[in-house]
Amino acid sequence: MGQFLERLRYFKRPREPFSNGWGEMRTEARQWEDGYRNRWSHDKIVRSTHGVNCTGGCSWRIHVKQGVVTWETQQTDYPRTRPDMPNHEPRGCSRGASYSWYLYSANRLKYPMVRGRLLKRWREARKTLQPVEAWTALMNDPAAKDYKATRGLGGFVRAKWDEVLEIVAAANVYTVRHHGPDRVAGFSPIPAMSMVSFASGSRYLNLIGGTLLSFYDWYCDLPPSSPQTWGEQTDVPESADWYNSGYIIAWGSNVPQTRTPDAHFFVEARYNGTQIVAVTPDYSEVAKLSDLWLHPKQGTDAAAAMAMGHVILKEFFLDRQVPYFQDYCRKYTDLPLLVTLRRDGARWVPDRYLRASDFEGALGSPGNADWKTVGVDKDGQPVVPTGSIGFRWPDKDSPDHGKWNLEEKSGAGRDTALQLTQLDRRDDVADVAFPYFGGVTNPHFTANSQGADGLLIRRVPVRKLATKRGETFVATAFDLLCAHYGLDRGLGGECAKSYDDNVAYTPAWQEPITGTPAAKVIEVARGFAHNAEKTRGRSMVIIGAGMNHWYHQDMNYRSIINFLMLCGTVGVSGGGWAHYVGQEKLRPQTGWTALAFALDWVRPPRHMCGTSFFYAHSDQWRYEKLETAEQLSPLADPARYGRTLIDCNVRAERMGWMPSAPQLDRNPLDVARDAAVAGKDAREYVAAALKSGDIKMACEDPDNPANFPRNLFIWRSNLFGSSGKGHEYFLKHFLGTRCGLQGKDLGEDGGVKPEEVAWRDPAPEGKLDLVVTLDFRMSTSCLYSDVVLPTASWYEKNDLNTTDMHPFIHPLSAAVDPVFESKSDWEIFKAVAKKFSELAEGVLGVEKDVVLVPILHDTRGEIAQAFEVRDWKKGECELTPGVTAPNIVTVERDYPATYARYTSLGPLMDKLGNGGKGIAWNTEHEVKGLAALNYTVADGPAKGRPRIFSDIDAAETIMYLAPETNGEVAVKAWAALSKITGRDHTHLARAREDEKIRYRDIQAQPRKIISSPTWSGIESEHVSYNAGWTNVNELIPWRTLTGRQQFYQDHAWMRDFGEGFALYRPPVDMHATAPLLGRKDNGHPEVVLNFITPHQKWGIHSTYTDNLIMLTLSRGGPIVWISEVDAKKAGLVDNDWIECFNANGALTARAVVSQRVKEGMCLMYHAQEKIVNVPGSQITGQRGGIHNSVTRTVVKPTHMIGGYAQLSYGLNYYGTTGANRDSFVIVRKLAKVDWMDRVQRAARERELDTRLVEAR
Amino acid sequence: MTLSVPLNFFLFGIYPYICLAVLLLGSLVRFDREPYSWKSDSSQTLQKRELKLGSNLFHYGVLIVILGHFVGFLMPEPLVMWLMSPTQHQLLAMVIGGIAGTVALIGASILIHRRLAYRRIRGNSRKWDITIIVMLWLQLALGVATVPLSAQHMDGAMFERLVAYVQGVLLFRPGNAALLQGTPWVYQLHILLGFTIFLVSPFTRMVHIWSGVGSLAYLVRPYQLVRKRGGSVNT
Repeated sequence: MGQFLERLRYFKRPREPFSNGWGEMRTEARQWEDGYRNRWSHDKIVRSTHGVNCTGGCSWRIHVKQGVVTWETQQTDYPRTRPDMPNHEPRGCSRGASYSWYLYSANRLKYPMVRGRLLKRWREARKTLQPVEAWTALMNDPAAKDYKATRGLGGFVRAKWDEVLEIVAAANVYTVRHHGPDRVAGFSPIPAMSMVSFASGSRYLNLIGGTLLSFYDWYCDLPPSSPQTWGEQTDVPESADWYNSGYIIAWGSNVPQTRTPDAHFFVEARYNGTQIVAVTPDYSEVAKLSDLWLHPKQGTDAAAAMAMGHVILKEFFLDRQVPYFQDYCRKYTDLPLLVTLRRDGARWVPDRYLRASDFEGALGSPGNADWKTVGVDKDGQPVVPTGSIGFRWPDKDSPDHGKWNLEEKSGAGRDTALQLTQLDRRDDVADVAFPYFGGVTNPHFTANSQGADGLLIRRVPVRKLATKRGETFVATAFDLLCAHYGLDRGLGGECAKSYDDNVAYTPAWQEPITGTPAAKVIEVARGFAHNAEKTRGRSMVIIGAGMNHWYHQDMNYRSIINFLMLCGTVGVSGGGWAHYVGQEKLRPQTGWTALAFALDWVRPPRHMCGTSFFYAHSDQWRYEKLETAEQLSPLADPARYGRTLIDCNVRAERMGWMPSAPQLDRNPLDVARDAAVAGKDAREYVAAALKSGDIKMACEDPDNPANFPRNLFIWRSNLFGSSGKGHEYFLKHFLGTRCGLQGKDLGEDGGVKPEEVAWRDPAPEGKLDLVVTLDFRMSTSCLYSDVVLPTASWYEKNDLNTTDMHPFIHPLSAAVDPVFESKSDWEIFKAVAKKFSELAEGVLGVEKDVVLVPILHDTRGEIAQAFEVRDWKKGECELTPGVTAPNIVTVERDYPATYARYTSLGPLMDKLGNGGKGIAWNTEHEVKGLAALNYTVADGPAKGRPRIFSDIDAAETIMYLAPETNGEVAVKAWAALSKITGRDHTHLARAREDEKIRYRDIQAQPRKIISSPTWSGIESEHVSYNAGWTNVNELIPWRTLTGRQQFYQDHAWMRDFGEGFALYRPPVDMHATAPLLGRKDNGHPEVVLNFITPHQKWGIHSTYTDNLIMLTLSRGGPIVWISEVDAKKAGLVDNDWIECFNANGALTARAVVSQRVKEGMCLMYHAQEKIVNVPGSQITGQRGGIHNSVTRTVVKPTHMIGGYAQLSYGLNYYGTTGANRDSFVIVRKLAKVDWMDRVQRAARERELDTRLVEAR
Repeated sequence: MTLSVPLNFFLFGIYPYICLAVLLLGSLVRFDREPYSWKSDSSQTLQKRELKLGSNLFHYGVLIVILGHFVGFLMPEPLVMWLMSPTQHQLLAMVIGGIAGTVALIGASILIHRRLAYRRIRGNSRKWDITIIVMLWLQLALGVATVPLSAQHMDGAMFERLVAYVQGVLLFRPGNAALLQGTPWVYQLHILLGFTIFLVSPFTRMVHIWSGVGSLAYLVRPYQLVRKRGGSVNT
């Protein structure tokens, strides 16, 4: 009965009054309620997650109704933990819960889009020409490239898939043929979040020989301190392990805000009695959760951490010896190892580790003796303990096989008990000089000068040992460390008699620098160490971007890692170093690398350090105001280093330390052909040509058109926006469009120019010929691209997801098909590969390609340059590929077979096997298994190979090959490692040997991964995952020079840049505000503030900052937080429109005036987009700008070191980082809010046309 | 204005019943079939300031006008006679109707301006939203235009004739249409447009008037109503 007719029974319905007639019970139709009920009903639920930029790795239920994704809710079916531990769920946060908004939002990309001007010319050319010819014609006509100047200015038109694929493939074929395959580059971050999607683009690029750029270092999420100390990219405890801790310091990590799904463990730990200290400059969310909040001035944290180390060393090592700490440091750290001292005038300087090769007969351990470090046993005799890197890579017949372990034995097989100090056995006491940077002046930070020369002279007990060079002064790293920390060993000289002395590095010394009361620093240090003593190491530091995004990030980190190691916390459940910055652990890594780097078809791949690449090619080096000499220790010789930072980078690339891209100043395909014509091996041919100068490395002349990167793919990333440090430099030089750059380059303002790099005037603009971006939303990067391809969102594709925060692997699955014309990344690159193969026919065939490979970590090559730094170009040594220079390898690429190879698993897996991190195993059985599972290719160039056709095939390939998801492989991998260590580790995986985790399994429920030697923690029913666990418990060495955790870094560059031991360095002065301060008056007062870009509440992690649902919860657009004091100075009130600017550019935002913020700094949450609610800037005359408009990349020379054990290159493992927190901006009120919503197109077109006429 | 008899009969004798039938049945069908479309479609979230003024003027004015029509036309003649003379009756209608009508007219003018001048509101308007407000404006204008016309014959005779017509429609009086034969065109148009508004109402946001009337139930219902599970006639 209808609703209305039903009402006609109004008078017949029974009514029962209650509550004296105030209420009434009625009997009436209720089907209208179904309207509300249906609102929350659904047809199906599919398991998926959020695929980029979030460490959460939360499993979500995606609700679908009538083919439309309606909303998502948190999954609550994670496998349980064990008794006494809280469970993992529910996991998720508001950002993830609002993701489904993107699927159908107005910002969703629905069709392939091409820049209008480009498409017009393309169509014109295509009327008469074949695709590759058409692209050639466009590239040969300078006027045809005017589309570059329109990047970012709108003008996209919709195109058909066929047509865009043709443009992209033609451009790639042309570039490979005419410029070289390494001129095609690609950028995508964080594979762990959607492994197959990352692998799609990287597989295509690696098949054609393109350059894959790193992201972890570029994002500045890589902590170089980790490779330096442990030889490990990053390995950290899962969040559940917080619960096992007795004392947690959250240092620069805003856990409840940026680690929302894990924060419950943090809170639960408090219920468990854990003491929690927060260290953040602002009153952040984590500060609210803590028992004690310390707020050192931003950027000075290392000073506070050094003081804590001072307290711990004094009270727990010198005043009394804690047996657990002594034992731990002796067995697992480099503290008992000997360091040689070098005479420098009247004083001594810590030099390098003493090596076995320094002794006649190498102390009975001759193989690789340059790479074996030395300690002193309890009899006072020098011994060579096993475990150093010399034992890791023994020659074929060496007796060192099976000795790479941390057993307390010498290489000769004797038991050793290494001694930390030689104080009582000293032969002499030396005055040793340590560099000191706390007195370096920076206008925004307080210096604490300890003498004008920047040196600290400390008394150190030394031994005199007879070596090949005669009598050598040596000291243990422990004795040097104590001296460095200014501790009184009773040897006289200058040192701290008490905590109140203003002597580096006492609690009193740090007070003027950090503003933190000395008493608080002592209290925390004591509490932390006491807890570690009582619990055998269960003290933990959760550390985050607030510490890592500074230029001297490794000093922030190493000063903390020092006291973590002293307290024996690393490798202990509930203890250690918990770095959670963009480091989503790719658990099935070795299964994935085969697929992602196309290692099954061609090895080696071309990898490149993102930061150095962008620094060179967006020409940020041309504006470098930071000189190398400023960074050096007073003990170093500046003449050995180039004038500018890029000089160091070029040398590093030349010496095989760092990768290069593009690699040579010529097309590597041509080089290979010329070598063949000359009848020479390409390796010798190139080495000779480099030496003679006939061929140069491209890095020496990045502004030469021959050395430009030409094509760029961006996928899963907002490269030009949220991660484009130096955004305006990208716009000008990389893309060649309008920019808001305010500064002058070194040529214009007469600065110091580089020595190693050719300076060209005018600077190039628009190096890239084609920028292709795959995304599901119109991001800032899309706006600046030439071709935008609509990709499937995270609820529209099948993929894999893991994280460091929990030990499970779980999927992304397609809840609905990709909307409109979008396709998954896997399908898009498959289609590009197909078109590429077609167009390559007749232009490219089976080609030889010369690949330059840097000296790689975890390979035998990493024991390359044991002592001094020698540059072959300066004639300091021979050019030996792979030892003193990059390795030179010739590979063969079958270009027309690119598609066939993309969609099948290649034969190198059977032939060469698989592996990672220095361990290799046979994988024939897995290939057979995959052939049965995915079937084989029927015909063509990949005939008989296992198919990888769909994204699920790709996922199965990863999981079948990886030890973490295939128990059989795990046992094989542990067995392979057992051979190297001489200890049996297979028991760690034996119980799960029969287990194979497959894609459908994880769709049913997240699965806990299987313990594997790729990682240093284990999955077990007894301990939570924690890094270093196997090092400590299985006695597997750390993958460092000493095989131990290293307090000391003895590489020559480390010492010359003053970072042999951790110390405090103030933030660097970027000189970016002075040129503009007071020069662009708009009538409002200006203040200069430190520009901090933390992760936020309303974006990035799992969403971006254009989600209207999230923006509604905030202020609906870009915001900058400033303190009440600074607001007053600048005459600002809350919600005023402001402008922040410096030499790099300008941005506009609303001011949030808050007590939360410390005076002298401002906070702009990372990744706020240019596309929502951004008015024009008066400084640049252009729309707003983003947070990266006021930043610029600066590279740090110590991050370029290579060819030296753990300081060797690895993609996303070591390399220069994109630090940005040392930036300062001028903040002032915006005089006029200009929305720039005039129609500008006609004026723009006119401007472009005039420029075109001028060009002709 | 004099129309031919058949046309006059159709327009004033038949057409009103078509309109009223569509109004009643149409509203019923819409209420029954499309309950979620039953709303006033306010555009308050898009723009507030002008709406506040225009909507208040319009609604207060128009409510008084409608109430006036009800009281004036539907009050039984003897009751009116007992209270006042026809002249007084007419004067009362002219004064109150004139003032309220003018207020409503100003309000409607503001609303039309607002609906057409603001791009966001215009973009969010359906054709009927614009049509109905224009119709209401015309109707108000015609209504106000009758005031000076009526002032020319203050005897109330014409007024009585119109009252008789309206009552005749409701009472199904035969030959009712003839009452309007020869009346000035302003009255005729006003009446025709009025019925046409009834005609289109079920297809527009005007349905919210029913709810306005329905909301009077709140005056008498208990504060809390509880519905029984499964006790309904058809669940």
